[in-house]
Amino acid sequence: MSEIRSELRYLSSHEWARIEDDGTVTIGITDHAQAALGDVVFVELPEVGATVTAGQEAGVVESVKAASDIFSPVSGEVIAINERLADAPETINGAPYDEGWFFKVQPDDLEELEDALDAEAYQASIGE
Amino acid sequence: MLNQTPLHAVHQEMGGKLVDFSGWSMPVNYGSQIEEHHAVRRDAGMFDVSHMTIVDVRGAEAKAFLQYLLANDVAKLQTPGKALYSGMLNPQGGVIDDLIVYLMEWGYRLVVNCGTRAKDLAWIERQAKDFQVEIQERPELAIIAVQGPNARSKVHSLLASADVALVDALVVFSGTFLRGERADWLVARTGYTGEDGYEIMLPAGEAETLWRSLVNAGVRPCGLGARDTLRLEAGMNLYGHEMNDEVSPLVANMAWTIAWTEGRDFIGRAALEAQKAAGIGDKLVGLVMRERGVLREGYPVLVAGVDRHGVITSGSFSPTLGYSIALARVPVATGAQAKVLIRGKEVDVEVVKPSFVRNGQPV
Repeated sequence: MSEIRSELRYLSSHEWARIEDDGTVTIGITDHAQAALGDVVFVELPEVGATVTAGQEAGVVESVKAASDIFSPVSGEVIAINERLADAPETINGAPYDEGWFFKVQPDDLEELEDALDAEAYQASIGE
Repeated sequence: MLNQTPLHAVHQEMGGKLVDFSGWSMPVNYGSQIEEHHAVRRDAGMFDVSHMTIVDVRGAEAKAFLQYLLANDVAKLQTPGKALYSGMLNPQGGVIDDLIVYLMEWGYRLVVNCGTRAKDLAWIERQAKDFQVEIQERPELAIIAVQGPNARSKVHSLLASADVALVDALVVFSGTFLRGERADWLVARTGYTGEDGYEIMLPAGEAETLWRSLVNAGVRPCGLGARDTLRLEAGMNLYGHEMNDEVSPLVANMAWTIAWTEGRDFIGRAALEAQKAAGIGDKLVGLVMRERGVLREGYPVLVAGVDRHGVITSGSFSPTLGYSIALARVPVATGAQAKVLIRGKEVDVEVVKPSFVRNGQPV
């Protein structure tokens, strides 16, 4: 049984989004996703300053097993990426909700996240 | 309902992540495939490969039968215990399966793949009709592969001294039955990782005790995920990837396994001779990509000056090397450089001999 955090919003494609106190949004992949992917070996992140669109591809995560697109749960400008993932992609396996975050977005419209799943709905979507 | 090996409950207990592997519930890893991979390269790891199919061949014409059935020549096996790698071909020269055959005091033992079990057995039975042989599948045997630089010494620590002397004397690619209570254990110095080690065939009822003893001796349980990255680094073929019923051994880096002994008629020989006469169009090579990213099966390989594309047959991140490697079937004209089409992007790769890591070291 994987960890699902109640304060986060989710996509059925296994990304999570956290609204920070300053109104920015941090994005990563779920514990369920990292477990399904297995050991992560590379991550391709958007560049700082790039624009991402809700529901569109924003990067790629590659594990020993498979390559998987990362979708952004929210539209906006990328204001930070997690640089440590370049040298330590295994951080995603160890701490998917904390040190293993992917990128931060200055959102155009936070209301977009209301279309995302809450913890309960995400849990149901993965059949746990 | 998936098939289960005698170690299934132990895999669950030890945290194995079980997946459907050709109809068998098998552990793909026990947490981290990469850590399991490193354990085999640096120390010792073990794999439950009891899903593989063991077939014993006995009878007055066992040798003649296998000389006809297999592309390699079992006449090369002079001493009981010696093993040989061979393709089993169809009349069109495609590979029905690849296997290891051991010469035994009483005949021969074949170890074939699990995914091909049904068609292999049907084929073997059909070809056996014209020979005085008995074919016996041995589903009551388990197989544990113990691999790594310290694998043999850790196995030795569990054996009686007389048995240690027997297995310690084994040359690579040979096996021996043990003595006394373990007289039905076949211990072979074989494997599928590019490391030294043993593959142990033993009665299913004794597998769990051996597995637990090996854990206590410091051997790490490893899943089939690590087995795949280890064999890929070693440049070893995997059936259904580098070759299949439609792919000739001559384009799968298996020419060395074909014994052209004069006058020996083996299944597929005529087709292979015709292929050689017509010219071989493809070859199996290794690819190395030092950029970030992972080469994966099915990606097209683009070769300058050649219209026809090659294809990656197996690809992964190499835990030992820290970058991606692959095996690929490419046009024979392919030189030292090529490009791979990765998700719409052309990426430069180096073309190398299909062998990347041996005995823990980059090749």
